[in-house]
Amino acid sequence: MSWEIVIGLEIHVQLATKSKLFSGAKVGFGAEPNTQTTLVDLGMPGSLPVFNEEALRMAVTFGTAIDAEIGKHSVFARKNYFYPDSPKGYQTSQMDHPIVGMGHLDIQLEDGSTKRIGVTRAHLEEDAGKSLHDDFDGMTGIDLNRSSTPLLEIVSEPDMRSAKEAVAYMRKMHAIVTTIGISDGNMAEGSMRCDANVSIRPKGQQKLGTRAELKNINSFRFIERAINVEVERQIDILEDGGKIAQETRLYDADKNETRPMRSKEEANDYRYFPCPDLLPIKIDDAYIEAIRHTLPELPDQRSARFMSQLGLSQYDAEVLSSSRTLADYFEAVVAVCNDAKLSANWVTGELARYMNQHNLEIDAAPVSATQLGQLINRIKDDTINGKGAKTVLDELWNQAGEVDTIIATKGLKQVSDIGAIENMVDDVIAANSKQVQQYVDAEVEKRGKMLGFFMGQVMKASQGSANPGQVNGLLKKKLDALC
Amino acid sequence: MALENADIEKIAVLARLQLTDNDASDYANSISSILELMEQMQQVDTDGATPLSNPHDATQRLRKDEVTCGNQRDAFMAIAPASEEGLYLVPKVID
Amino acid sequence: MTHKTLVQISKDLAAGRYSSREITQDIIADIKARDSIYNSFISLSEDLALAQADAADASRIAGDAGILTGVPFAHKDLFCTKGHATTAASKMLENFVPPYESTVGQRLLSAGAVCVGKTNMDEFAMGSSNENSFFGAVKNPWDLTAVPGGSSGGSAAAVAAGLVPAATGTDTGGSIRQPASFCNLTGIKPTYGRVSRFGIIAYASSLDQAGPLCQTAEDAAIMLNAMAGFDEQDSTSIQQATPDFSADLNLPLQGLKVGLPKEFFGPGLNSEVADCIMMAVKKIEALGAQIIDISLPNLELSIPAYYVIAPSEASSNLSRFDGVRYGYRCDQPKDLMDLYCRSRAEGFGTEVKRRIMVGTYALSEGYYDAYYVKAQRIRRLIKDDFTRALSQVDVIMGPVAPTPAFNLGSNTKDPVAMYLEDIYTLSANMAGIPAMSTPAGFVNGRPVGLHIMGNYFAEAKLLNIAHQYQQVTDWHLQTPTSNQIKGA
Repeated sequence: MSWEIVIGLEIHVQLATKSKLFSGAKVGFGAEPNTQTTLVDLGMPGSLPVFNEEALRMAVTFGTAIDAEIGKHSVFARKNYFYPDSPKGYQTSQMDHPIVGMGHLDIQLEDGSTKRIGVTRAHLEEDAGKSLHDDFDGMTGIDLNRSSTPLLEIVSEPDMRSAKEAVAYMRKMHAIVTTIGISDGNMAEGSMRCDANVSIRPKGQQKLGTRAELKNINSFRFIERAINVEVERQIDILEDGGKIAQETRLYDADKNETRPMRSKEEANDYRYFPCPDLLPIKIDDAYIEAIRHTLPELPDQRSARFMSQLGLSQYDAEVLSSSRTLADYFEAVVAVCNDAKLSANWVTGELARYMNQHNLEIDAAPVSATQLGQLINRIKDDTINGKGAKTVLDELWNQAGEVDTIIATKGLKQVSDIGAIENMVDDVIAANSKQVQQYVDAEVEKRGKMLGFFMGQVMKASQGSANPGQVNGLLKKKLDALC
Repeated sequence: MALENADIEKIAVLARLQLTDNDASDYANSISSILELMEQMQQVDTDGATPLSNPHDATQRLRKDEVTCGNQRDAFMAIAPASEEGLYLVPKVID
Repeated sequence: MTHKTLVQISKDLAAGRYSSREITQDIIADIKARDSIYNSFISLSEDLALAQADAADASRIAGDAGILTGVPFAHKDLFCTKGHATTAASKMLENFVPPYESTVGQRLLSAGAVCVGKTNMDEFAMGSSNENSFFGAVKNPWDLTAVPGGSSGGSAAAVAAGLVPAATGTDTGGSIRQPASFCNLTGIKPTYGRVSRFGIIAYASSLDQAGPLCQTAEDAAIMLNAMAGFDEQDSTSIQQATPDFSADLNLPLQGLKVGLPKEFFGPGLNSEVADCIMMAVKKIEALGAQIIDISLPNLELSIPAYYVIAPSEASSNLSRFDGVRYGYRCDQPKDLMDLYCRSRAEGFGTEVKRRIMVGTYALSEGYYDAYYVKAQRIRRLIKDDFTRALSQVDVIMGPVAPTPAFNLGSNTKDPVAMYLEDIYTLSANMAGIPAMSTPAGFVNGRPVGLHIMGNYFAEAKLLNIAHQYQQVTDWHLQTPTSNQIKGA
């Protein structure tokens, strides 16, 4: 049987406020346990929440960015459940009246086409603390630093049909929240994480299959793997005549499998009701429109501009607009070197390789956009060739320094003296008579490929500093003259 | 509406209250009579009435996004029943 | 010192008749000597009190004394007091010492008042008789076989017994007014949001409101002046200038329109209590008021609606007591579920558990609309009733409770009978309007209070009426010691 995969995502985005959603405690990752908590975050008796205006502004900014209806009257509700990382015995969230209603965003599929994914809603809620499973004499330790950190939970329609689409959606969402500056989007630190609702149904069937909810996936790679492995599991069950249980499952990245979460086994009744300690949030059109006017250029708009104005390919344009800092960096490089294509190649190529290797985001890269722009300028004015440029970048990344100084001290200036190059070409032709004979005997269309050998020899002789364009031209001229 | 012991036990689990069998039947009796008292509400037509959560129908005031509290861990940890290395301790949590 | 009013003590301190330290020591000694009779205190904060008294005496010497400087009072043990145990009369918080002060407590301390201790109450403010306390029932100083009322029964008994001139209370469904009525005191529940709830352990957030219990309206106005005011830490606090509640005390009552709702005088009302109330109303009429018959048609529904809303909010508010970060934790929990279920079962008393379960049930799937939402709609009807009535009249009067203080133990077996006692007080909390009780006579030696309810923010008007009434009556001046204490 042929199956259709149906995926909906619930993405939790930590909002980049200074203080917590309902208290004046500092928001931040990596502090000593329980040092960023007030009596409100600890659920001390008599403590009361007061709502952070910046969280509201950020949520509304997000709503305008995905062209959503904004809830002019939104209500905080309590979701009641007991868990040690939930200090009040309830999570303050939103249920019937979320701050952001129906919206949408577009993802690009592999075939280059665009697909619109519905966003059902986005609501504000407080994050929970963390359970630390290191063994304290058989006990679990609870750190409430994260308690009451503002979250925006973004719920999609079940519009995605493959793990790849889910990843594309998540990447687009990441691009939007970082572009509008409401989150640092740092998935490793949990600033953005997602739950995936996954089900399958026979192709052509309207009715949705029973879904499993995969909890707390915290990297793009894991989304794809978790969904794929879950889909395989569901297909196996259904094809063996079994039934899918509606349940919450955890993705185990080490074993690459999903398994039911024991803590979620018990059927829960969250007893949502409007929080009596918080009042309804009322906002008006003027507030919403003022925020809409502050929206920066969004990823789709920026990508379109990169294509139309700078002539980038769709692929490069999308990669470069996938985060605001990356796009800003790229544009800063272009501003220095005035060559979008070369800038795109270097930012998405060599520089990206270094960042992946060191697991760094662009704003933490040790090579500034100005430096990269200067480096590209030196390629353009033929001061250095590509190989030399890679050496400079490596030096900049590892040692710092100025582009021109590195070129000078490392002797990377390329040889463009036509006489010197001609001598080297002649030497190589003279020293490799066997290969020259093969070249002469070869069919014309195969000669281009054979030229590579002579190129390599000349570049080696010049210790990489010869201008490759000139070498290529001279070699071709001289060898063809022998034929 | 009369509640059985089993209903009470279900509620008690949701509310995280351990009950003895005696407790359960006592509560089944008293809560049933309380629910009977509440039945009175169903006789009233409230269709036109908007639910009232706050007597003033007031709206939420906003707090400036400022950090106003520093580290008070020592004061709060001092009153915790079980703690170690700045963490609250609970019996092992299983995900 | 016994039965001196707050105003008298304030004057004595100003005149240098004694220092704050002296009266604080006297009061603490008196409580130690006599409170075993009433059980009105859970704890005394002697060291903190003496330090506060010394600071008050010093500020008086420096010329900074205000009306409350150096005046001793007691807190209901629901107000968090920094560095001093705050129990909510529960085993759950038997050893809980908050590292923070309630806003009300802070305001009273800033005004120079001296907190001598924490008074007994119904556990987590759930009760109408003060019999639901982990620390034992409180006895009514007027009759030791009677309840003092609840949930602020310890505060009421302490003031009525002359142990302290004033005490704080909280009123979620009558918990200031009913004990004030049962103990011959002046107690006021302000408009919802007038007094900050920050640092007061929550029972039902949308109904809870703190206020004072005193001997006179004049004293109550002074206490309320210190307690009330906008607090940015409480989202439900009202952002409105706080008037001087003492300013209007002496206004004449000429032309005042008083509404008597017929539902307050139905068959459930004890006839002798009704007589006391009607005599009081006549007195007020004699002061120039006009008496008008009105109706609050949904009054009876306030009982079921309240007993859905309050337990629902409570079930959620009390979930934080889980034995993890503070408070009672059971011995040797075998797993997480056991930690929760046993800590809460062992830490909470019977009535608290009952209300948690009622609320849990009312909010649960399939019942939420029929109970919680329905109750909130009825709450709207009750508010509309008051809005309508208070467009015709300035204030509404009636009894606080259907009977005088009932006997200890008489209602403990039947929670519904106990809930029905709250019939006249619940609706003011549902609507959020201010309401108070002032002494209006006795039935068989047990006090009866006159209930005065007004429009939003009309506390000054209520206190004005009570004060004028107290100028022409002497009920409020009577003390248990001036009568024969029964059952002693």
